[in-house]
Amino acid sequence: MSHSATAEGVHAAPPRPEMRRGVSTGDAVFAFLCRAASVLVLVLLGAIIMGLFLGGLPAFQAFGAAFLTSTEWDPVKDIYGAGVSIYGTILTAVLALLMAVPVAFGIAFFLTELAPIWLRGPIGTAIELLAAVPSIIFGMWGFFMIVPVMASTIQPAIIDTLGEVPVIGNLFQGPPFGTGLFTAALILAIMVLPFIAAIMRDVFLQVPAVFKESAYGLGATRWEVMRRVVLPYTRVSVVGGIMLGLGRALGETMAVTFVIGNANRISASIFGPGNTIASIVALEFGESAAGSLKFASLLALGFLLFVISFAVLALSRWLLRSRLEG
Amino acid sequence: MSATTSASRVPGRAKDLRASSALHRRRARTDAVIRFLCLVATALGLLFLVSILATLVVKGAGGISLSVFTEVTRPPGSNGGLLNAIIGSLIQVTLATLIGTPIGLLVGTYLAEYAGTSRFGYVVRFVSDVLLSAPSILIGLFIYQLMVLPFGGFSGWAGAVALAIIVIPVVVRTTEDMLRLIPNTLREAVIGLGAPKWKMVVLVCWRAAFSGILTGILLAVARVAGETAPLLFTSLGNLNWSVDLAKPMSSLPITIYSYAGSPYEDWITLAWTGALIITLGVLGLNILARTLLRARRR
Repeated sequence: MSHSATAEGVHAAPPRPEMRRGVSTGDAVFAFLCRAASVLVLVLLGAIIMGLFLGGLPAFQAFGAAFLTSTEWDPVKDIYGAGVSIYGTILTAVLALLMAVPVAFGIAFFLTELAPIWLRGPIGTAIELLAAVPSIIFGMWGFFMIVPVMASTIQPAIIDTLGEVPVIGNLFQGPPFGTGLFTAALILAIMVLPFIAAIMRDVFLQVPAVFKESAYGLGATRWEVMRRVVLPYTRVSVVGGIMLGLGRALGETMAVTFVIGNANRISASIFGPGNTIASIVALEFGESAAGSLKFASLLALGFLLFVISFAVLALSRWLLRSRLEG
Repeated sequence: MSATTSASRVPGRAKDLRASSALHRRRARTDAVIRFLCLVATALGLLFLVSILATLVVKGAGGISLSVFTEVTRPPGSNGGLLNAIIGSLIQVTLATLIGTPIGLLVGTYLAEYAGTSRFGYVVRFVSDVLLSAPSILIGLFIYQLMVLPFGGFSGWAGAVALAIIVIPVVVRTTEDMLRLIPNTLREAVIGLGAPKWKMVVLVCWRAAFSGILTGILLAVARVAGETAPLLFTSLGNLNWSVDLAKPMSSLPITIYSYAGSPYEDWITLAWTGALIITLGVLGLNILARTLLRARRR
């Protein structure tokens, strides 16, 4: 009885047109706002690229393709080339990854398979906190704590041993200043370490437990499970995580500026001073007059850095897409 | 692979038995060595964090006094403080959060509630993720061209907008993630009651994901509070007291940067004190955000 009455009541209620209209207007406005904000994000990226490109255009026009390879950076003669800073950017970032990836892997392996459960949370949080430390703090810490140790102990030791080896010895020679490309790479390695470790941990955790348990059941050791089951399963995402670390290392500014030594030349030794795109922009942009060729060259360097890191980050996102969507 | 094939062979003779136990020892040894190395790697990672924190406390804690918070930056040797830098940072970070959060919130909402699997949504998500890791100094260069050159000078506004651009993708990422965690049955219930979609999003989804979204905002604040590079060419820094957003504005990271590179002992000490303050603030915000998230997961 009451049931049918309710049903009848619902059917009987006439649609109120004025309210319907209000509803659809609110929906339209809200959807429009959301979409407009999304378009804004795309516009932002486009504007950054265009701004850097147009700002750098005079330098590209003045020097042509030679801008990319020229190692000359001479404000007196007004000749600028990107060679030294591109070399420094790529060398420090790659060296940083060589140091960071094995350690990050070790941390991720420890956090997912080895550590007792109660220890995983706190250590994982501590590693994530390392990622949150501002880059200027890494710079200060590197400059005041790491540089003296490098100059007094680590660099002399390496120069006396590896520096004596024929052929590759040249890489490890020169006066032990403490600052330089190698120190910058070391600080970068410490900075990207937590990012890579966190992604590796997350993707390792996505391996179905059944796979690992099957391998353990066959008598595999933990390393064998990691090597034969977990790594093959997560390979693509692991590379994506490393690429993300590379993207971060390429564009890091403040920490590098503190310790790289800031010289506009390519040294044969990795202990020699150098610069990166980000560090030369940070140091010299402030003293370049707007509209000058130097100003344009620095913006052109910024454009190149954006293109390089965009490519690396895009590759990283593409490799990590299964993780992000899964 | 040779490990499994020979180990699975039934050891019929003593020679096979010896061989398999030698193999077993080798496998166990490799495993032990690598596990030890992983322990070392983790200890190394923790050592870096502890070393940074210890350095900051040792060098910075001694400089903490009331005058750090009540005096403005002064020439070397005259007992200045960091008041203008702290206030400048607070103003710019607050403005950046106020500008960046609504935009990030709307974009994250669009991606989670409207975009579905559309191509446009995919592109926006991708671009936002790229912006999340883009070199922050380039954002400074961009804002320099956009706001400093046309308006004829460095300004606090330019600094705030540069930081806001960094806030947006952080908020987008967490907002989308958190909205996606909300079960669809909740949405269906709201729509089933006859509510319009925008009310479903604002009154139900945002509220259900509130602590998650707040986490994202806190992480964004923590991220921009320590950013130096985007401020170098936007708000520039200011050694005098100034809260005028149209003029160059001081900030803690920039002050630390210029003081740490100076030859004056008292400025370097002040830089360490500033570094300690900012690190404690940033890590504190991170821990707070994590606690919020954990409370939500329970």
